[in-house]
Amino acid sequence: MAKNALAKKPARRSDFLTAIPFMLPALIGLSIFVLIPGIRGVYLAFTSYDVFTDPVFIGFDNFVKMFQDPLFWNALAVTSEYVVLNIGIQTVVSLFIAVLLHRFTRSTLVRGIVLMPYLISNVIVALVWYWLLDYNLGLVNSVIDFLGLPKFTFFDDVTAMPTIALINVWRHMGYTSLLIFAGLQAIPEDVYAAAAVDGAGEWRTFRSITLPLLRPVMAFVLVITITGSFQIFDTVAVTTNGGPVNATRVFSLWIASKAWGDFNFGYASAISVFLMVLLSLVAFAQTKLLKAGESDLER
Amino acid sequence: MTIAKEKKYREPVESKASPRSRGSKIFGYTSLTILVFITLFPIYWMLRTALSTSKTLFSDPLSLLPVHFTWGGFGRVLGLLSPDAALAEGGSGASINFFQFFGNSMIVSTVTTLSQVFFSAAAAYAFSILKFRGRDKLFFLFLIAMTVPGIFLVLPNFLLIRDLGLLNTLLGIMLPGLLMSPFAIFFLRQFFLGTNLSIIEAARIDGASHFRIFRQIVVPLAWPQIVTLFILQFIFYWNDYLWPFYVGNGAPESTVLTVGLGIFKSQTPQGSPDWSGLMAGALIAALPMILLMIVAGKKIVGSIQSSGVK
Repeated sequence: MAKNALAKKPARRSDFLTAIPFMLPALIGLSIFVLIPGIRGVYLAFTSYDVFTDPVFIGFDNFVKMFQDPLFWNALAVTSEYVVLNIGIQTVVSLFIAVLLHRFTRSTLVRGIVLMPYLISNVIVALVWYWLLDYNLGLVNSVIDFLGLPKFTFFDDVTAMPTIALINVWRHMGYTSLLIFAGLQAIPEDVYAAAAVDGAGEWRTFRSITLPLLRPVMAFVLVITITGSFQIFDTVAVTTNGGPVNATRVFSLWIASKAWGDFNFGYASAISVFLMVLLSLVAFAQTKLLKAGESDLER
Repeated sequence: MTIAKEKKYREPVESKASPRSRGSKIFGYTSLTILVFITLFPIYWMLRTALSTSKTLFSDPLSLLPVHFTWGGFGRVLGLLSPDAALAEGGSGASINFFQFFGNSMIVSTVTTLSQVFFSAAAAYAFSILKFRGRDKLFFLFLIAMTVPGIFLVLPNFLLIRDLGLLNTLLGIMLPGLLMSPFAIFFLRQFFLGTNLSIIEAARIDGASHFRIFRQIVVPLAWPQIVTLFILQFIFYWNDYLWPFYVGNGAPESTVLTVGLGIFKSQTPQGSPDWSGLMAGALIAALPMILLMIVAGKKIVGSIQSSGVK
């Protein structure tokens, strides 16, 4: 051992003992607040646990109950509706904004303004839009009324989920478009020059050059936005709180109401395990489908 | 717009990617104007509502200026008015300990972020500069942790904080984030990996310890990225809602601003919230972020952009 250390370059020597104090706090944090709770969360999913008495192991009962629970299918339906609307609209809008920013302005001020809503918390954004869309006094309905049209209910059992999806598009579109904007900047200028020489128009250039070259960035953006979107909580909690009836009772809200409303932590854990598995599958499928990380630039 | 034109004039190279036809120019600048309007208008409307008198809001819902200008909304939400005066102003009679909640948010965001960035930087150093067997396997654990959805960990972590007797304390809210976040380690490790190794080798030969190299070489070199991370994490903790709600909403000493605003909104004896007060509160709560944007906007824009491109 000693001979080896002398013979080899210093870089080959193990820094393990030095590394311990550097990484120990983080490893303790990871163990106590991620790894052990993760195991505990999976364990609780197989128990009946009311928080006050010790958990009782009940095997797969929670999962059997879950798949028979109409509220589970409701949560799956409304969460999916939210994700599809939110991600669908947000991705198209953000892509449009990113191209706008890229082609019409290099101003950091404009990018700063567009990013602004992202810095404001979900809670505040939800409150502002809840006020703007209020049926009686809200500005939007006042304008509709002024134009002589019938007022619109933004938070009833049909409209509430799309409304909340759009509110969050407003908050996230700037952030997402900045991520895409960074990807646009990475596309070499000469590609566009070549397209211009060939006489390609705006739309043609976008479809045949920008979009394909943007694929790795879009894949990355979609993975993080979809994962976040599935966990929607704040905006719903502050506006409709799951209602009317269960029209906006998305997974996170349903899990929270099972845990802190019914004190059924075992069942709530089972639902959150399902949500985690679902999210892993979605992320896995996405990276496969979009072939993330592979750029057409390298072909 | 003028800024854009000036820039374009100075950097003619960019004209290749710039629009050619007049029609597309009109379309582009119109769209940008609409975009800026859609972004800023709701923020202006908060101010307009906050400066209106709650009771008379309905009399002129379309007015672009405050209806019956008053500072009362701010007074009510800050608890500067007596309950009777607040009711007379059209408030709900509800009040929140705004200053306390604001202070709580400041403490939670500042302490968590400072502590987390410090310990994460140390760990990132171990996972990038130091060399030992199993290093990348250990780091892989953090990568996996990054993909675990937050809601899944909220339940068992809530039980842990309860078992520790820390429910309704600021420490209970801060604890899970104090020692690390997988994102922070991942983020800093990427930049540390780019450190010029020959500088470190030279320092080693001169007899510098790794603690010294960390403090005097690696951290100063990556300082812009560390500040970026600090800003990103501060924004995250300032805006966080779900975790501080369940851990801390039982006592004013542990209620943060986002949670407090939710409580203020739900205090509606007359069925309709005190919109002026609510918007005044929301505006003050958003103020640190708006100031941050004015002071460090360029930096934030740059850091968000760089966080996406690996």
